[in-house]
Amino acid sequence: MQRMWTFIHKLGSPPWFFAFSGTLVRWLLPVTVLLLALGACWGLLVAPPDFRQGNSYRIIYIHVPAAVVALAGYYVMAIAGAISLIWRIKMADVAMRAAAPVGAVLTGIALVTGAIWGKPTWGAWWVWDARITSMLILFFLYLGVVALFEAYENKAAAAKACAVLTLVGTVNIPIIYKSVDWWYSLHQPASLKFTGESAIDASMLYPLLVMIAAFYLLFAVSVLLYMRAELVWQHRNASWLRQRLGTS
Amino acid sequence: MHPARKQRLILVSLVVVLSSTAIGLAAYALRDNINLFYPPAEVVAGKAPIDRTIRLGGMVVEGSIERSSDELDTTFRVTDYKASVAIRYSGILPDLFAEGEGIVAEGRLDENGVLIATQVLAKHDENYMPPEVAAALEGNTPPSAAPYQP
Repeated sequence: MQRMWTFIHKLGSPPWFFAFSGTLVRWLLPVTVLLLALGACWGLLVAPPDFRQGNSYRIIYIHVPAAVVALAGYYVMAIAGAISLIWRIKMADVAMRAAAPVGAVLTGIALVTGAIWGKPTWGAWWVWDARITSMLILFFLYLGVVALFEAYENKAAAAKACAVLTLVGTVNIPIIYKSVDWWYSLHQPASLKFTGESAIDASMLYPLLVMIAAFYLLFAVSVLLYMRAELVWQHRNASWLRQRLGTS
Repeated sequence: MHPARKQRLILVSLVVVLSSTAIGLAAYALRDNINLFYPPAEVVAGKAPIDRTIRLGGMVVEGSIERSSDELDTTFRVTDYKASVAIRYSGILPDLFAEGEGIVAEGRLDENGVLIATQVLAKHDENYMPPEVAAALEGNTPPSAAPYQP
């Protein structure tokens, strides 16, 4: 227990975090690339076509992982925001700011791939359906955090305002998740189920799970790289950074 | 925990709980407007407005599709297994449109209770399987009129 707390305290120290995240990225990046390549080849080449949609269903190997991680990433941002508000740890501000653009890109990918799939399957690019509209709100929330953070000259005030916005926005996540069950929507209910049998055949499910794992890692690596870049900028005059980067 | 931090923790929890309650109540109040479409039973019961554009969703009734021989006009019925409503549509239907499949149609109800549709969307369900598995399940699931052929 004591060791865990020491570890958590160390995460707040920029030199220690910079060294730790460097090692982490060096290991996670090859695994991410490997899983992305494996999942994409398996899903696009090996998995069988669907009995109704043919090959167009294969967009789920991008659409579903992007959407799942966009939702999970919001909680990462919200937890960082809460830590920033309560404990005033600067590293939490950096994590919150780093998660926002990555989450926005993932939400954007989910919206665009959904539209591309919707046109041949439903017959429309866009429908003001509960699931799709709440996902669009998520996209604006992510972009709103980026915009709000950059609007402040004082970064401590920026972090405070963004943390409040992020925390209020968390209410949207369960709405997105349950929208297809609560309301009549055009978007189909979830095929992946935590309990019980999934409505997707095993031969199509395994590559999807690989892609979801790959997107989680991609999110982690992207956020860590963004945080490292931000630390380099914030501490550009610090001696520990100059020593580590080998510049004097 | 430090008292100041404890106070901030309570404040943060309150922000999350109160904003969730507020938005939850708003969504509850608007619950009928968030639905994308009306099911046939509500249209038959007269809950859908007559002189406004509405959306109607349900399953296409087996054997109800009638296509005009010289035009693009199609008439069919949709059901939610409680009631059914007739739809008339003139235009190209989506690929997944078939008997026994879900659709959402947008249009106005005429005085006879027929929906004159301006757009018909196919509603896909959550089931994904290879064609061989679908063939093996034939009999358990509604047969589709347009199975995928490689």
